[in-house]
Amino acid sequence: MQPEALAPAMNGEGTDRPRWKYMDRILSRPGGYTDEDYDPDTPANNIEAAKILVIGAGGLGCEILKNFALSGFKNIDVIDMDTIDVSNLNRQFLFRQKDVGKSKASVAAEFVMKRVPGCKINAHICKIQDMDEDYYMQFTIVVCGLDSIEARRWMNATLVGMVDMENPDSLKPLIDGGTEGFKGQSRVIFPTMTSCIECQLDMHAPRAAVPLCTLATIPRQPQHCIEWAHIIKWDEERKDIQLDTDDPEHITWLYQTALARAQEFGIAGVTYSMTQGVVKNIIPAIASTNAIIAASCCNEAFKIVTSSAPFLGNPEQNNYMLYTGDSGVYTYTFEHQKKDDCPVCGNLPKDLPVNPQSTLGELVESFAERPESQLKKPNMRTEEKTLFYSAPESLRQQTEGNLKRKLGEMLVDGEEVAVSDPAFTIDFRYKIRFS
Amino acid sequence: MLKIWSMKQQQQKSDAASGQSKKKKVTAAQLRVQKDLSELSLGTTMTTHFPNPDDILNFTLTLTPDEGLYKSGIFTFTFAISQNFPHEPPKVKCKEKIYHPNIDLEGNVCLNILREDWKPVLNLNAVIVGLQFLFLEPNAQDPLNKDAANDLQQDRDRFRRNVRSAMGGGSVRGESFDRVMK
Ligand SMILES: [Zn+2]
Repeated sequence: MQPEALAPAMNGEGTDRPRWKYMDRILSRPGGYTDEDYDPDTPANNIEAAKILVIGAGGLGCEILKNFALSGFKNIDVIDMDTIDVSNLNRQFLFRQKDVGKSKASVAAEFVMKRVPGCKINAHICKIQDMDEDYYMQFTIVVCGLDSIEARRWMNATLVGMVDMENPDSLKPLIDGGTEGFKGQSRVIFPTMTSCIECQLDMHAPRAAVPLCTLATIPRQPQHCIEWAHIIKWDEERKDIQLDTDDPEHITWLYQTALARAQEFGIAGVTYSMTQGVVKNIIPAIASTNAIIAASCCNEAFKIVTSSAPFLGNPEQNNYMLYTGDSGVYTYTFEHQKKDDCPVCGNLPKDLPVNPQSTLGELVESFAERPESQLKKPNMRTEEKTLFYSAPESLRQQTEGNLKRKLGEMLVDGEEVAVSDPAFTIDFRYKIRFS
Repeated sequence: MLKIWSMKQQQQKSDAASGQSKKKKVTAAQLRVQKDLSELSLGTTMTTHFPNPDDILNFTLTLTPDEGLYKSGIFTFTFAISQNFPHEPPKVKCKEKIYHPNIDLEGNVCLNILREDWKPVLNLNAVIVGLQFLFLEPNAQDPLNKDAANDLQQDRDRFRRNVRSAMGGGSVRGESFDRVMK
């Protein structure tokens, strides 16, 4: 049977949605994998109502923004603090020569909005850390296309911390894409429910490093000479200048220092752009790998928003897709297990009612008596303050005076206190509730 | 998403915190450093110093070896830990200018776990054990101070004399060193 016979209005002809003809056809009927109560009207509405946050407007970000706009998403925010470099132009296809030096987020947003009328993209030229929870609370889904592990960890911890049992909207799916050469991954996280970025930290290989003594004594490759200039020589000769890897004068200095070193050891191949690459730890980016990973991130977002098909990251199912294109083509999708001792999602903060008039010392004693913890040698802090540390000795001496102080003086209602103890592999986190 | 939320409600333990707060949360790096500090075994030869006790990511470690060639010296190392810890190793430097085959005149330290062999499962204790070991067993195979490494390799007695005179604030081959004796 022709689908058109069933849903003539959905074929796009004679409707006011010719652009979405094929997408509407996918969404117009329940299928084998849709929810039992699938309502064909909801998906398109969901797409229009969804607010998507895209973090990063670089290689992955350009692809992700384009994909969302072309899938009918109309409300998108993008955050990126970087400016466009000439070396981005080969793959970050929303940028042109004339855009070099301008903000990636703004130029990408302008380009996509011009190309896809009706799509509204707000660009933010800042760090993700500059935005607060109220800002993140407005989105349906957060999609990361980043090359920084630090930024991912921050976003992840923020979304985990936002989950509030009283408010279903506080659970924001986090979709994360990453590529390195011909390899990449996409993963979906339901904060506090499924394995998070911090649980998965071991999936990121630490940056390969050459022993310091090799750099200092027997360099063998041009990169060794550059690392030597960067790690050893800069501190020796320009100690008082903070190295800025975006400052051409600084890169030139490193380049010339590395070049002289290379000549001394008879090593060829040190160039300015290699210096830039080594110092900024630029991972080779391949446009097509970005396209594959971005496409998979956007498809998962599409499925989550429309509930038109099962998606990656459904609790207790696969949440991690690896793409390996460097030796043949191999993809593997699996469930990365949530870790009980994950410092971010493993032991979620519990409410801890305390009397603001009681002392920190009384709180420490009560920890020793709590059935779940029985903490004998606790170290405890807030984000800002070291409250009391049993060890090391110097910190114990510096903080023991706090034991006499009233909780009301040191803490504010709702503040998080983290407690560690050598007898426990997990940490305990509490939200202080003054009573 | 409603389905996911109902799963969430089933999964949730009853005593979890309700309502979120705008307050900053203890970061994953802070939490890990706090844990590592609770497990440090400093013994009698090491002490820590925190210039700002609220900032546990920056501190110094003072090492006073009680045996070996560097016995009775006082050596200070600065630890600078980034928010990306433990994905990244701590940055460790020796504050004094010392004569040691694996530490250069700027205080850079050649210790495999501070660089090429760092893994997030390693903790701060592993690092301080490594530093301690460098003073007990300086090695000529990983030289950062080539002259010191050559001395150690070729003439252990001369190396020993050089260590003592450098620790006393003297000079070796025209290079003067900081006095680090107790
Ligand atoms: Zn986790």
